[in-house]
Amino acid sequence: MSTLNKLENRRQFLKHTVTGSLACAAASCNTLLGDSASNAAGNTAAKLGKAKSVIQIWMWGGPSHLDTFDPKPGAGKDYCGTWDKPLTTNVPHLEISQSLPNLAKCADLYSIVRTLTHRSNHHETAAYQMQTGRAPGGGLVYPCVGAVISKIKGYDAGYNDKIPPYIVLTTSQGRFSESGFLGQKYKPFVTGGDPSKIPFIVSGYVVPGMTDQRQNRRQELLQKLNTFGNAAGDDQLVDEIGIARENAVQLLQGDAVKTFDLASEPDKIREAYGKNWFGQACLMTRRLVQRGVPYITINYKGWDTHRRHFETLNRRQPEWDTGLSMLLKELADLGLLDTTIVWWGGEFGRTPKIGWESPWFGGRGHFGNCFSAVLAGGGFKGGKAVGETDPTGSNIQKRPVEVSDFLGSIYAQLGINPDGKLQNEKGIDTTNMSAASKAGRLAELI
Amino acid sequence: MNRFCFFSAVFFLCGSAYANPFESGAPFKAVNKIDVLLQSSLSKQGVQPAPLCSDAVFLRRAYLAVIGTLPTTEEAEKFLNDKSVTKRAILIDRLLERSEYAGYWALKWADLLRCKAEFPINLWPNGAAVYYRWIHDSIRENKPYDRFARELLLSKGSNFRNGESNFYRAAANRDAESLAEAAVLTFLGVQTGPWSSEKQKQAAVFFSRVGYKGTAQWKEEIVFRIRKPLESADVVFPDGTHGQVKAEQDPRQVFADWLVSPKNKQFNENIANRIWYWLFGSGLVDPPDNFSDENPPVHPAVLSYLAEELVREKYDMKHLVRLILHSAAFQQSSFPVKRGSSQQRQELFASYPVRRLDAEVLQDALSQIFGVSAKYTSEVPEPFASLPNHYRTIMIPDTSLTSSFLETFGRATRDAGLVSDRNNGITESQMLFLMNSAEINQWAADFIARGRNRGNKGGKQNVPRETADKMWLQILSRYPAIEELKTAAEALRSGTPAADIVWALINSTEFLCQH
Repeated sequence: MSTLNKLENRRQFLKHTVTGSLACAAASCNTLLGDSASNAAGNTAAKLGKAKSVIQIWMWGGPSHLDTFDPKPGAGKDYCGTWDKPLTTNVPHLEISQSLPNLAKCADLYSIVRTLTHRSNHHETAAYQMQTGRAPGGGLVYPCVGAVISKIKGYDAGYNDKIPPYIVLTTSQGRFSESGFLGQKYKPFVTGGDPSKIPFIVSGYVVPGMTDQRQNRRQELLQKLNTFGNAAGDDQLVDEIGIARENAVQLLQGDAVKTFDLASEPDKIREAYGKNWFGQACLMTRRLVQRGVPYITINYKGWDTHRRHFETLNRRQPEWDTGLSMLLKELADLGLLDTTIVWWGGEFGRTPKIGWESPWFGGRGHFGNCFSAVLAGGGFKGGKAVGETDPTGSNIQKRPVEVSDFLGSIYAQLGINPDGKLQNEKGIDTTNMSAASKAGRLAELI
Repeated sequence: MNRFCFFSAVFFLCGSAYANPFESGAPFKAVNKIDVLLQSSLSKQGVQPAPLCSDAVFLRRAYLAVIGTLPTTEEAEKFLNDKSVTKRAILIDRLLERSEYAGYWALKWADLLRCKAEFPINLWPNGAAVYYRWIHDSIRENKPYDRFARELLLSKGSNFRNGESNFYRAAANRDAESLAEAAVLTFLGVQTGPWSSEKQKQAAVFFSRVGYKGTAQWKEEIVFRIRKPLESADVVFPDGTHGQVKAEQDPRQVFADWLVSPKNKQFNENIANRIWYWLFGSGLVDPPDNFSDENPPVHPAVLSYLAEELVREKYDMKHLVRLILHSAAFQQSSFPVKRGSSQQRQELFASYPVRRLDAEVLQDALSQIFGVSAKYTSEVPEPFASLPNHYRTIMIPDTSLTSSFLETFGRATRDAGLVSDRNNGITESQMLFLMNSAEINQWAADFIARGRNRGNKGGKQNVPRETADKMWLQILSRYPAIEELKTAAEALRSGTPAADIVWALINSTEFLCQH
């Protein structure tokens, strides 16, 4: 690359940073044009929805489908243990695990997909497929859906908030450099901290005990002590650092920080979500949705229950039964559920047959042959179950759902054409999602 | 004291608001042939090289370039107060013998050779660990580069036993075209994408007999030679010359004999250019993985000389590193002679290029300054991994270990083996972390508290000169300039907490950059 070219590139970078919103506005025009053009071309695609935000509850490790949304009470002790009394929900003929009483009371708000499949039993391959909708390999790392959605619904659409458009609570999923070939800009903002603690210390935004006055003084001091930076004023990189620093200071001023302040919620509400990490994370996602953040992930760990599976579930299942049901109910009450998609799931299910022997003592292994996920809001119908598994939950009997069709349906409800071109700087020619399989996207929930 | 004289001298000499602790005052003077060739090339373009950098800048620059590590306070003090005229040369030799040299240069090589457990490379953790070990040991023993290249190209056997065999598992795909693409990129610095499909196929022939098979052991794989003669014994090398592969020969052997040769200018210039790139942050051909007619070297004579020198010294990589470190070219100031044209001057190497610290180096610098330890674990892919406390970040074998700090600061993804896999760009989230993270704030407060405990009992809001020296030495590897001392003193008088001075130095452009 010639020197001149490089200079030009750097200038453009600076220009973009300074006039970021203008650039975004222009980009969104392009996207709109591109989308409508490709929609017209491929009229076979389902009608696109109007959802605005997505909350993803990522059950890291792989939750058991039998012990959540696909109970098999008739399968016997080797499959159910003592959990053989599923709950009837407020939707006739729809049953879920006995461990989820609160979710059983609001089953009209969500639907269950019982026949997801990718046939992979390794965390890495399975998680990659669940996050990207793509089969691994081929020398490319695809961006995960959060990166694509925050790009198209966020950056490309003129999103200009002080809170980034893709948030992960609270630790990085960090698996496949999440933004894939889209590049660093589309990585999620990882909050750090613990939302059940007051204050919720969001990395980079919230410092306990920091006053505005001290912030300002520090900035002044930095200006004066920045000897090298001041002396090297005409260096492009030094300029870029200065600009990024000013932009960051802007982010800290104003109301962005208040969004993270869970103490401003009524105690009754905080209590209703459960005053634990997961419950408060759910409450946080509601606040972020209210602010207009397009994609939020709760990275909820600890479901790789190879050993003493039921002990873990007895202890932890109530926590997310409470938090998730409260989130759905509140979103519905606030009128936000129509425009907010909530999806729950992990990288796979768990083996239907229980390992009672040592060293498992009642454990379940990885199971990618068939497993469950939940979809709610954003125009998806509630109270339905898609697909059917056999009496032990080991094989699909009716309506297999490919991961790409599941995720493609989410795109469509957000107004993103799954078959539209995924714009990217690397010039890779690809669509937003793999083409629909023979069984098709989730038309039954639209 | 000498120090004081130095600073007041600079202060008065410059006569500006800022003393200049960054230049020695000496003009550029050729030390070795690199400089002679550089100077002559520059003068043809009417450009003057920059004057020499100060001892303090050299100290930090050499540490960062050679071992990816900041000098400790003690090391910095010792070097800066040493009056010997040969101290820079002595420092270069010492740094090249440090164990961190192998660690830091293995990081660069592991980026290039795609040492990664995960997608899209999929070496799996054991494979990545063994591959890294091979890379690290090769650098540590200063394995001659011709042998290094041959061992990778001719590797075979178990990915768990023969680290180098992972070279063939670390390509985007396992078809012969992809293997050829990886070999050409790695050893010639050339991208095969723009080649004609005929040329790509000709290169692929050499790798068409590489086979893979699993074993009974989980995630183990054997790389082996398929003993089936080529369709045609006639082969064409990437430079267009022809060769012969005998029926009993491994075609890779024929390729290696052509590639690894003192006569193969492209092979030699590629590695010379990479070493230059690693020491300057940009290549004589830049990016270093895109040699082509459209992208000629900025100083062809310098590149040819370095390549010849490497061959003459039997592919001793350390020799070339040392030669460059000694040059006045490497010891230039980051401020070009003519202001207002920094970028152009840096690309011509008429000043030392400024760039952001690598993610791993920055993490280690913070850990060293604040006496803290980053925690690295990886739950997936299996088997789980957990590195001990105070493990050096530059020595992480596998980029699949999750760290949101390293992600934020753009560590290499190791997806393609291109230098663009690493992103040393500047983002707002990086600035938010440095300015406002709970970690940095806590560490800055602890830094001051520790100083107090060590017995620096100055007045309540008065940081004594010694403490200020320590602060600057520890963070910026230099003594404070007089103007800076004044600023610090004024700030403290007006009630600024001492921790905020530490905070300001950490947030300074100088700290964030290699310069």
